[in-house]
Parts: sequence; C-alpha cells; structure tokens
Amino acid sequence: MLGRLTWAAIPFNEPLPIISMAVVLIVILAVLGLVTVKGWWPYLWREWLTSVDHKRIGVMYFALGLVMLLRGYSDAIMMRTQQAIAVGNAQGYLPPDHYDQIFSAHGTIMIFFVAMPLVIGLMNFAVPLQLGVRDVAFPVLNSVSFWLTATGALLINLSLVIGNFARTGWMGYPPLSELSFSPDVGVDYYLWSLQISGIGTLLTGVNFVTTILKLRAPGMTYFRMPVFCWTALAANLLIVAAFPILTATFVMLLLDRYLGMHFFTNEAGGNQMMYVNLFWAWGHPEVYILILPVFGIFSEVVATFSGKGLFSYRSMVLATLGICVLSFMVWLHHFFTMGAGADVNAFFGIMSSIIAVPTGVKVFNWLFTMFRGRIVFKTPMLFTIGFIVTFVIGGLTGVLLAVPPVDFVLHNSVFLVAHFHNVIIGGVVFGVLAGYNYWFPKAFGFTLDEWWGKASFWCWLIGFYLAFMPLYQLGLMGMTRRLQHIPDPSWQPLLLVAEVGALVIFAGILCQIAQLYVSIRSREERRDLTGDPWNGRTLEWSTSSPPPFALVCEVSSTRWVTESGRYPASDTSTAPRT
Amino acid sequence: MHDWRYASPGAPHGPASNARHRPRRARLLRWPVVCAAVPVASCRQAGVLDPQGPIAAQELLLLINSTAIMLVVVVPVILATLAFAWWYRSSNLRASRSPDESYEGRLEFVLWSIPALIVILLGGVIWIGSHQLDPRAPIPANANALRVDVVALDWKWLFIYPDQGIAAVNQLVIPAGTPVKFRLTSATVMNSFFIPQLGSQIYTMGGMTTHLNLLADKAGEYPGFSANFSGDGFAEMRFIAKAVPAGNFDAWVAQVRGAGSALDEAGYAQLTKPSKAVPPTTYRSVEPNLFERIIDQTVSGSEKAGAGAAWCPPVQQAGG
Repeated sequence: MLGRLTWAAIPFNEPLPIISMAVVLIVILAVLGLVTVKGWWPYLWREWLTSVDHKRIGVMYFALGLVMLLRGYSDAIMMRTQQAIAVGNAQGYLPPDHYDQIFSAHGTIMIFFVAMPLVIGLMNFAVPLQLGVRDVAFPVLNSVSFWLTATGALLINLSLVIGNFARTGWMGYPPLSELSFSPDVGVDYYLWSLQISGIGTLLTGVNFVTTILKLRAPGMTYFRMPVFCWTALAANLLIVAAFPILTATFVMLLLDRYLGMHFFTNEAGGNQMMYVNLFWAWGHPEVYILILPVFGIFSEVVATFSGKGLFSYRSMVLATLGICVLSFMVWLHHFFTMGAGADVNAFFGIMSSIIAVPTGVKVFNWLFTMFRGRIVFKTPMLFTIGFIVTFVIGGLTGVLLAVPPVDFVLHNSVFLVAHFHNVIIGGVVFGVLAGYNYWFPKAFGFTLDEWWGKASFWCWLIGFYLAFMPLYQLGLMGMTRRLQHIPDPSWQPLLLVAEVGALVIFAGILCQIAQLYVSIRSREERRDLTGDPWNGRTLEWSTSSPPPFALVCEVSSTRWVTESGRYPASDTSTAPRT
Repeated sequence: MHDWRYASPGAPHGPASNARHRPRRARLLRWPVVCAAVPVASCRQAGVLDPQGPIAAQELLLLINSTAIMLVVVVPVILATLAFAWWYRSSNLRASRSPDESYEGRLEFVLWSIPALIVILLGGVIWIGSHQLDPRAPIPANANALRVDVVALDWKWLFIYPDQGIAAVNQLVIPAGTPVKFRLTSATVMNSFFIPQLGSQIYTMGGMTTHLNLLADKAGEYPGFSANFSGDGFAEMRFIAKAVPAGNFDAWVAQVRGAGSALDEAGYAQLTKPSKAVPPTTYRSVEPNLFERIIDQTVSGSEKAGAGAAWCPPVQQAGG
C-alpha cells in the first residue's frame, strides 16, 4: 500500500533538481558546520529549538516563512521564465511534468509555508505582549504547532529530491489527484505535508482563541484590546472552524488513494464536486485567516505613524467580526462555472460582494486615521499606504469576479491569478513586511535600517505592478492559467513585462536581506533603549526591547489603557479615561 | 514630473537650465513611454474584449458596468490616500492636525453607507445578470438550436452532433446566427470548456452532464480551450470554433459524412488513450447515444484501464 523507496526515486537524470538539491545541501551543511564550529549547539538547543517562549516561537515561525519565501519565489521565477520563452514553436526549458510540479508547489508553499508561518509568527510574537500576558495559554502546544508546521515544510522540500511533487495544482482537485490519474507519490507529498502542518495550525488556533478569550491581563477588557488582537481572535476562530474541514477532506482523499474508496472518484458513486465544495469551505475562510491579522497590523501601523488613535475602533472591530462570519458563506464563488443554477450563483455572488462592505469600511477608517494626523514615513507606513492603494484595486477585481456572468469569462484565467496575487502580495505580504519592520525593534532591541527598508518597499511595489498588471490584461485577452506553453505569440510582450516585474520583486527580497545584514552590523548604533521607538503606546511597547522572558503585567500597568488599547503619550495632557 | 531627479542643490533652476537638459530628459522619458506602449500595442482586441456573440457581449458589458460602478469609489479612495499621506506628512507646517482620537457617529454612518449602497446596486446587477446569463438558459432566436455534445478527453475535445450523426475531434463547426445547445461531460478528469469570444465557460465532469448555450453572431474562427488544469497535455488542449454561414454548415455536414472513418466502439477506445496536440479530425458517422454511453462508462469505471491512464507515455496522434 505504501510502496517501496528505491534509488529510482531520485531524479539523477534531471540536472535542475539535482543542482538545486546540491546547493541546498551545501547551504544546510555550511550552516550546520558553522553552528558546530562556533559551539552554538547548546545555546540553539536550549534557547530556541526547545523553547516554549511565544516570542522565540514567533521568531522561528517568521524565519521559516522567510526561508520558504525564497523557495516559493524560485518556483515563481521559473514559471514566469517558462511562460516568457515557451511561445509559438518554442517549448521552453521545462517539460510539462516538471512545470506542473512547479506551479503546484508554488501555490502550496506560498499559502501554507510562507503566508501562514509569517502571519502566525507575528501573532505569536505580538498578541501575548499586547494582551499583557506571560505567554500563550498552552506554551508546549505552541511549540508542537511550530514543529508540526516545520515538519510539513521539510516534507514538501524533500519532494524536490526524492520522488516528485503533485502535478495537480495547489487545490489538488480530484479525479486528477486520485490514484488512477496521479499514481506517483506527488499527491501523497501534498496531502501529508498539509495534513501535518494543518494539525499544527489547528492547535495554534485553539491556543490563541483560548489565550485571547481567557488570559488577558487584569484590566485588559475586550474593548481595550488593540485591533491586532481582535483580528487575531477572528483569524483563529476561523482556523478552529475551517481547518478541520481541510483535514477531513484530505483524509477522504487519502482513503480513496490508499484503501480504494470512492469519495471523489469518477466511478462507483464518487463525487468530485463534493471535494471542490469542501476544499473551498476551508479555502475561502483561509484567505481571511491570512488577511485579517494583516488588517490588524495595518491598523496598528497607521495609527502609530499618523500620531493619532485609530479612527472608529468600534467600526473596525465590528467589520472584523462581520468578515469573520461572512467568510463562511461565500465559498461557491470559486466555482460559479460548475453549473449550479442561477439562484445559487446569484446568492453566493451577492454574499461575496457583501464582504466588500466591512472591508470598505476598514479602508475608510485607515484613510480617516491619516486625516489630520502627523504622518511619519517610516518603512511600515510606506507599506501601509502602498497596501491601501493596491488593495482597493484587488478588491475591485475581486468583486468583479464575484459577479457570476463576469466570472464565466474570467474564471481560471490569469486575470484571476492577478487578482489573488494583488490581494495576497498587496495585502498579506505588504502587511507582514510592515509588521516585521514595526515589531523587529521590540523583538531584538534595535531598529531595522530605513534606507534598505524603503528600497525593498519600492521594489516590492513596482515589481508587483509590473508583474501582475500585465496578467490582468492577458486574462482579458483570453489567457488561462497553468499553461506550460503559450499558444498566442501576441501575449509574449506582456509576459516579458511580467518577467521583469518578478525580477524587480527579487530585488525587493535582496534589499530585505541587505537590510537585515546592515542592521545587525550596525546594531549598537540603532539600539532602542526606550522600549517604544515609534511612540506606539500599545501594551507591548511598555516593556523593554527585547521584552523580559516572563512579562508579568500588573493591574496598574493596564489600568490606564484607553479604548483601542493605547495608553496616553506621557508628553500630552490627555488624561487617562479610566 | 521627472524634475526632481535632476534638481541637485545649487543647480540653477529656470528655463535656461531646463533647455539644456531637455535632450537627455527626452531620452530618459522615452523609457516610460516605451514601457507604456508595450501593453497598449499588445492590447489587440481579443479574447473576452472581442465578443462575437450575444452572451459574450452581455458579459463584457456587465464587466465594464461593474467596473465603472466600483471605480466611483475606488478612484477617490486612491486619490484621497495619496493626498492625505502627502498633505499630512509631518514636515508640512501648513496642515492642521487633531491628534486626539476623533469619533464622529455621523461620519461613521456615511462610511458604512457608501460601500453598502454600491453593494446593493451591484447585488441587483448580480441577481439579474445571473438569471439572464444562466448557461442553461436557451438563447431566443429565429433559427432552431443546433445540438452539440462535448466530451473532454485526455487531452482533446470530442464534439458529437447527435442530430447529424457525425463527430469531430478538436474542431467545432457551427452555423453563425444559430443558437448552439451544448451538453458536456468528461471521460477523464475535470476540464472547463471555454471559447472566450463566444462567452461563458462551463466545467466538464466525469459521469455528469453540464449545459451551455452559445451563439456566434457572424462567421469566423474563435479559439477554444480547456480552462481547468487537467494534466500534462493541458496546454495543447485547444481547438478552433469555426462559425460558418448557415448554408455552408449543411455543406460541411455533407462533406464530413462523405469522408473519414466511423466513430465506433474501437475508434472511441482509441480516442480515450492520452494524446497531446491532436490535429482536427472528423468522423462520417457516430454510434447513436455515444454521449450517454460515455457517461455510463465513466461512472461504472469499466473503461478505467484505458481512459484513466494519464501516466502512460502519450501517443502523439489519436487514431481515426
């Protein structure tokens, strides 16, 4: 049932995976060697690998996400290059069976092992500090969550070397993902790595819901929580509700594959539409699991760098919870083209566009937070402004795709690809990078370099527009997604522009690496001794940077926190409200 | 707008200095112009932007209308974001500021109302549009609809004309001005049948039938393909939908009946083998009820050994 591992599983005859494997192995060995030579093992083992401290786990999550970002990016640039050159008679450099693995791996990695670890990492680091608690509710479980996620990431990377990865797209729709059409180990890698990391994510959800509901510091009432805590609560409620669906769905597909069952097969009463429904019943809440915490980050950042409180905190909380509930009622918009009747399509189309209401209110609230503020253009604020401008475009195209007849002509086109990259890069990635620049001084005690930070922002912003605006147009011109070969030569100029955009994004990633390097080198000059380098004034900024291992907040420290979780600046005459 | 690049401190500003820099600036300005020209030049009217039938035309109109409705809010938001960010920058001494946490109930009400009103408007558009453009709804026209049964195979399209008793692979010939009533299924994995210039796509799924109605206004050749990833041969799973004048369609049917082979049990078994980039083929006759039998076969799995062998080395050309 489980097959047999032979040397044939390693693709010795294909230079590309072998070379990349060799490079990765050399890097890993070099790092391990350095750690051994320097004698860092005891420190690493005691202080990081076995740590149950939420701050350390948060940093490890974030590091995992950044490393996997490089892997996901290398898939992206390979795809863009293939599509840019495999036009007309040219077949490019990637045969279909390799190209299909690459786009499947790109989607899977970017969602599960980049976006999720980055977002969960920031929640891990900031939420307990903002609530004024010593750690999450179940610290050991938190460590288990992280290592399950890391195991999933390891497994998916192993598929590069041993065997192969799925060639089904990141959604793994049956019957293509069934044994009869995908008999090799690719889909098994996909299913097991997501099952393992999915359990970790579910445990994270349980952990954070408990923490936020039960463990706030004395005096930290719900309506004093910073908005990031609210959005984290909403996201983790979604995790708890949605991830079991994914796990159960994958269990059914695994049973189909291993025990010859027929949940989703063509024959014997299997129903592939059931998989698609279940997958998106998880999948749509998943995008809000990613974007809601990021909305929280932007709320913190825009208030801090506008030098005012967040405009209409209560609207923000209401909008967050509204999105949380609505996100479970829209999953069918991922397959309007399946032939459901007009009533069903119209209902889900309308529900999907209703989500634009609370989202729109959030955008207005950020806008009016800047209004009459004192805006300081630090890197996190630049990402926030870039986000607002970019995200409303992604919102527009998203609502467009929620109109069923419009979706009939744009479904599965690269217009759709452009849309979700618009909201994922312009939303999640910008937000995560804003959060990274914002909380880095709290985590490590020194600020990140502004010049390199701004350079990375501009590269990401310009690169995003160059890479994905052409895809919007190509989608309208009738280009569908996942093409290993481009049939229409008139698409090539736009594909070349997109390729340039992807390279500019890479420059952004390089700027970030440079930023980290430069900042570490000059850390002594950029020490944050105040504990609050941005005048952020939510609770995490009231401690030293980095915070002590066991932060214990007294009633006295939260007593004067006002609504929306900010305490008054010491140099203003505003009196504490409570 | 590129002045800031050249404004070094101490450099003289004025018409003279501008004139001196003009050639260099013109050269540098050429790049953005070229960059902008590429998308515009390649903006050849094609695909969804070039509708050739009533369904596609209405869908494009809906796309443009919905975009316009949303731009009413989106454009001001983008401009306001940039304007607020610029005006309330900390170095602007002229900006008035209010650092306290303002809370304005009426403003808040307005802020919820704006997107709500837009969505109510769009909700109406969605409800009406979904019903008018339901793929199952027959297209009203003077001519009787032509029936075509579509089967997605690895990796080609089989078109069966049940009333004419003929079939074709990777070639769809239809009379212009006549509604076409498609029944679709898949003998393999999920695919999506899509001719962008004629409008709506629809999934094809094993053991199930989906329905689609399209119409081509005038004669022409319109590319069609699968829009749902289906395996290694997916990129080449393309065909041309050829709309011919109504009279020529009968001539084409007669021509097909007079040549080629018959699509029988053996011929279909041959077709179910995976093959890529299959050239267009026609069949002079086809077994009655082949479409229904394909659905039965897919459900019962009797053809599994042949039909499901996606991992077999693909045959370059289907027989028949």
